[in-house]
Amino acid sequence: MAHSARRDSPELPDFSLLKRLARDQLIYLLEQLPGKKDLFIEADLMSPLDRIANVSTLKQHEVDKLYKVEYKPVISTSDQLCFLIRPRIQTVKWICDVVNADKAAGKFRRYKLIFTPQKFYACEAVLEEQGIFGDVTTDEWAFYLLPLDDDIISLELPEFFRDNFLAGDQRWVRTAGSTLHLLHSIYGPFSKIYGIGRCSKMAYESWREQVEEGETKARQAEIGNVFLIDRDVDFVTPLCSQVVYEGLVDDIFRIKCGCVEFGPDVTSSDKSMKVMLNSQDKVFNEIRNEHFSNVFGFLSQKARNLQTAYDKRRGMDIKQMKTFVSEELKGLKQEHRLLSLHIGASESIMKKKTKQDFQELLKTEHSLLEGFEIRECISFIEEHINRQVSMIESLRLLCLLSITENGLLPKDYRSLKAQYLQSYGVDHLLTFANLRQLGLLVEQQPGETLTVMESKVGKLVNDKTAGKLTDAFSSLAKKSNFRALSKKLNLVPKSDEEYDLRVPRDMAYIFSGAYIPLSCKLIEQVLERDGWTGLEEVTRLLNGHEFAVTGSTKSDTNDAQRIVLVMFLGGCTFSEISALRFLGRERGYKFIVVTTAITNSSRLIEALLDNHV
Amino acid sequence: MSWNLRDGLRDSLVAAAPYGGPIALLREPHRRSPSSRPQLEIYSASGVAIASFPWKSGPVVQLGWTVSDELLCVQEDGSVLIYDLFGSFKRHFSMGQEVVQSQVLEAKVFHSPYGTGVAIVTGSSRFTLATNIDELKLRRLPEVPGLQGKPSCWVVLTQDRQTKVLLSNGPELFILDNTSCTAVCPPGLSPQAGNIVHMSVSFSYKYLALFTDTGHLWTGSSHLQEKLSEVDTKKTTTPKQMIWCRRPKSQQPSVVLMWDRLLLVAGVCSDTVQFPVEDPCVLVGELDGVRIVSSTNQELLQEVPLVCQDIFKIASMAPGALLLEAHREYEKSSQKADEYLREIKEQSMLGEAVRQCVEAAGHEYDTNTQKSLLRAASFGKCFLTDFSPDQFVTTCRELRVLNAVRESSVGLPLTHTQFKQMTLQVLIDRLVYRQFYPLAIEICRYLKIPDYQGVSRVLKHWASCKVQQKDLSDEAIARAVCVKVGDSPGVSYSHIAAKAYECGRTELAIKLLDFEARSGEQVPLLLKMKRSQLALSKAVESGDTDLVYTVVSYLKNEMNRGDFFMTLRNQPVALSLYRQFCKLQEQDTLKDLYNQDDDHQELANYYVTASYREKRLESRLSLLQSAVDEYNKAKNEFAAKATEDEMRLLRFQRKLDDEKGAGLLGLSLQATIEALLALGLHKQAEQLYRDFKVPDKRYWWLKLKSLAEKEEWEELEKFSKSKKSPIGYLAFVEVCIKCNNKYEAKKYVSKVAPEQKVKAHLAVSDLEGAADAAIERRNESEMAAVLSRCSASDRLLIDRLNRARTTATKK
Repeated sequence: MAHSARRDSPELPDFSLLKRLARDQLIYLLEQLPGKKDLFIEADLMSPLDRIANVSTLKQHEVDKLYKVEYKPVISTSDQLCFLIRPRIQTVKWICDVVNADKAAGKFRRYKLIFTPQKFYACEAVLEEQGIFGDVTTDEWAFYLLPLDDDIISLELPEFFRDNFLAGDQRWVRTAGSTLHLLHSIYGPFSKIYGIGRCSKMAYESWREQVEEGETKARQAEIGNVFLIDRDVDFVTPLCSQVVYEGLVDDIFRIKCGCVEFGPDVTSSDKSMKVMLNSQDKVFNEIRNEHFSNVFGFLSQKARNLQTAYDKRRGMDIKQMKTFVSEELKGLKQEHRLLSLHIGASESIMKKKTKQDFQELLKTEHSLLEGFEIRECISFIEEHINRQVSMIESLRLLCLLSITENGLLPKDYRSLKAQYLQSYGVDHLLTFANLRQLGLLVEQQPGETLTVMESKVGKLVNDKTAGKLTDAFSSLAKKSNFRALSKKLNLVPKSDEEYDLRVPRDMAYIFSGAYIPLSCKLIEQVLERDGWTGLEEVTRLLNGHEFAVTGSTKSDTNDAQRIVLVMFLGGCTFSEISALRFLGRERGYKFIVVTTAITNSSRLIEALLDNHV
Repeated sequence: MSWNLRDGLRDSLVAAAPYGGPIALLREPHRRSPSSRPQLEIYSASGVAIASFPWKSGPVVQLGWTVSDELLCVQEDGSVLIYDLFGSFKRHFSMGQEVVQSQVLEAKVFHSPYGTGVAIVTGSSRFTLATNIDELKLRRLPEVPGLQGKPSCWVVLTQDRQTKVLLSNGPELFILDNTSCTAVCPPGLSPQAGNIVHMSVSFSYKYLALFTDTGHLWTGSSHLQEKLSEVDTKKTTTPKQMIWCRRPKSQQPSVVLMWDRLLLVAGVCSDTVQFPVEDPCVLVGELDGVRIVSSTNQELLQEVPLVCQDIFKIASMAPGALLLEAHREYEKSSQKADEYLREIKEQSMLGEAVRQCVEAAGHEYDTNTQKSLLRAASFGKCFLTDFSPDQFVTTCRELRVLNAVRESSVGLPLTHTQFKQMTLQVLIDRLVYRQFYPLAIEICRYLKIPDYQGVSRVLKHWASCKVQQKDLSDEAIARAVCVKVGDSPGVSYSHIAAKAYECGRTELAIKLLDFEARSGEQVPLLLKMKRSQLALSKAVESGDTDLVYTVVSYLKNEMNRGDFFMTLRNQPVALSLYRQFCKLQEQDTLKDLYNQDDDHQELANYYVTASYREKRLESRLSLLQSAVDEYNKAKNEFAAKATEDEMRLLRFQRKLDDEKGAGLLGLSLQATIEALLALGLHKQAEQLYRDFKVPDKRYWWLKLKSLAEKEEWEELEKFSKSKKSPIGYLAFVEVCIKCNNKYEAKKYVSKVAPEQKVKAHLAVSDLEGAADAAIERRNESEMAAVLSRCSASDRLLIDRLNRARTTATKK
């Protein structure tokens, strides 16, 4: 509202094509199994599938009944079963059990497994091991990209984060490469590709390989620049509490696949309601990127406007009334409904968030980001743990503390860990092992030992394997270097000036003016400098793996050059998207965010839990 | 013919393939003395010797060529040997076990849309068919009633997508299909015609010719539905060969019969044409004529194409003929050229004339005739606007190609019609089979065939052939292949490498694989060659996890465990992948894996995970003990301590569960204490608090909450006085308020530390008290906080606060 878009900002490409492609392919696959069939859908594919093909489309193609994959024996009576699943061993094992149970019962059925977005050899190996490879047919549904909004495309692969960054399993890299390939073949050719992070680099290479294998057609590019970034480049941003409206809604109500379920306390009725959150929702579209403190003012203004619009009726003659009813009333009603919904949501957020605790929580986070009063922060966290406020929140604060402080002092590390284990059970030992492996929660190392070791290894052997070895070392020694980065990139604005959240001056507004997200700042800097030159120190602090490649086509001055596709490998938050939208408005860019999944602090931490529940 | 046959074609078994295919010659196949073996010779259609070798296997009944230029030798015992064009043995198959006994009497090799087939008749008078030798499926046809030995003559027919045998036994004619044997009668064959002794079916399987022992020749459709003609040749001896001579859309189909010294052409009309033959010849049926191969030369007998007739007929007034004449005059700079042209133009037939010339050029063999026709066409074209040059251009190009392959060194005497039928792709294949690589590439480039279908395909064949050259070193071959093939699209190095491996040149294969850009192609072959280590590192380099997994699972089955783990150890990517898999599939393997690596930390973690799956406490404790041991080995004292604590806690919980049925097992320490307090087991809670060194703060919070929740206010008060609260007393106030007990809360307000007093007062909604405290502390922000809670009715208070604020700011 306060800021209007620049007049010359380019148009976004039309991504509905991606949906159409996916739908057509799915229909084709379903028709490969003619006749009536029951369809089993993996639970986390339900919502994405709903965006692509609704139930009636499925029914048109002879899908009889729909089931969710629940790892229970099937009760279907159909003689044809079709499974639409992610390539996970667990699911495939379940299907093996189903098939073997049918065999034992002497039941004859036809089975078809559709893996999406691709099948993995490991899954086929399980089929083979369980002796049913010949009994089923397998297929791939290349459903890589789900457009969640005009400028957000998601791969809907939350496991990407854990598999790739924690388990070191790189099987999704190729998927990411294929995704880029798909985008490139429809909206390319890209003229510049930047990236940072090991996974980004591998995804880029995988994409290049696929480009070289296939044919290239000369086309008018719709997307000019691409930026790839690994989630582990910036863990600070997703660990902070979100205070922009869309982020807050995600933190509190959990947006699933662009859709949120508001409970009875929001809808002010006895039913909960599912609402799509995207740019189609005009009210939401105007407040999604706003700092929460502005939202109420805006909503009440909107309510007043609405009232005046309604009031126009008075003093209308019949004819005017007729046009009003036929043209405006429906829109107003719609707007009315949405408005009351968002007011409800805001109230609910207010109730939860304006309590003392939340203010103190934010204060602690801001102190951590600034590096002030760390002792107080530690005791706040301690109390947080002791009072068992929230299992996830406590871990989040611990991680934030560790990253910003470059690891905890051994004494603090032990005592906080011990207290946490007392609170939530000793099984979190494994969680801590995970967090340490990722470098999210570590003990401060006594000084140089690691760098010394690294340089030694580096000198000993200087070929590829040594490179990998040092990679392994550096991942062990993942130092966050946040403080240095923050200083270099000026991530924390000076706190002595008052920050006007109504008229934000930089991307820091998404964290109440306390911190500019590192990921977005990197993107801004690289676009500004057209590469990494001048950022050598920064990339060194970030463990390198940066690249900038000029594509085959010459950069011309058309609109496509100002469309930037940012791909987050490992997920991104709504706050980051808001920040990028802000940056786009300021600089006349349009950002398209492609992410493996939408994440936030809880999802991030939950992915790393290893307790046995 | 460039061959030099000592004995001509006498006494030899000859097989010449259609479409100008190669000729195979087996001298005296029936000579059985082992001392002198018959010689098998292979020539190109122009008689250039390609291969020659002594025949060492059993007696051969029939020779034949497949569509891909492979030589089939049908032996008496029913086995069929396949050789390539260069006489090297490829493979063999058998026409059935029973044939070994009964022997093959006669065999025929035939071509159908399904490929090349073989049909035999055995000594027991049974027919066996194989429709496609590449997908061998033998069909034994039903018995023919009354047939002894071999039939007097027979042919193989392909009709209605079925392969049948038509045979005659004396005067009777039978059709033999998969299931039945039907007697048939050709319509209109006069009963006195006699026994059928020879029959022939046309190239397209549409027409049939029957020759009887009275010299009658009957022609008709092969369906035996209609008759074309019946001619009395007045010859009673059986012809050596009888072949249909026709062309697609033939005007005058005819049959060519050959006796020892006579060639007779019988058409639809009862007329015959006779040619004397001096030398023994072989007739080869073609799509559009008959090739006559003799020991000295080769001729093509065909019906003259209509356009050629039109143009070259004496005194022809066809537009093409006029145009040719016009051009001839034009060359002579004669004004007659104009007259001819005018004449054509008046009939507005110029376009037609050009078309005729172009078409006729295509049919001509002589290059000079081709040229004059094409020049005439080009000349005529000048007077036409709006005439598509496509046909002219293509014909020129194609003729150039045809002339090149007709060269006797290449020896593919193809007609234009045949060329069109066999397609350029097949022509290139045939050139490749004959190893005319440069010519094939030239043709591809000349005709601008996309690399993928053209040059690359040739290169692929070339490279596959190259790797078989035994006299060259691996290094040299690899280099040669790389230089020539380069990055041609569609040539797969792995394919070439596979070929090298087949020839037993593993090292060469590995060298070639290095050029392969796609790892997905390298890896399977490397595995096949048992270079698993190399395969693994290639797979890892490719970054394709699926590929890595393929190799890993292969290795898992191939190697013993120790080696397998050692291999993985050197490949961290593969290792982590395998671990992932084990975590989901084989937990025990995971343990072994960590054990092998002495990774105590992970091993300990593994035990901890395993302990959750254990229901029984004893085994759970023993697993945790193992975890403790491993943590100790990993020098992770903290984790060891934590695990030990957990074991102690578990034992404690078990004891209490047994004694009091508290249901504590598995709870965290916090939850345990909470539960104990809730049950009123304060003593035990206290014990845990001391044993596990629970921080005071935590314990106080716990106890405070628990007492308040149970509304044991007296107990709470006692507790508050037990010693100085480590969490302060504001907590007491807040907890009481949470439990809606303002009265109790107020008790603790006085104890709250001065800096939190205001908050405490506010919590119990004691504005006065809060104001007092704030004023006392002269803290402006606290005063503001109080003010914000004041409502309009608290006039006095507001005034007081405001005054205090102003004084505070003054100072």
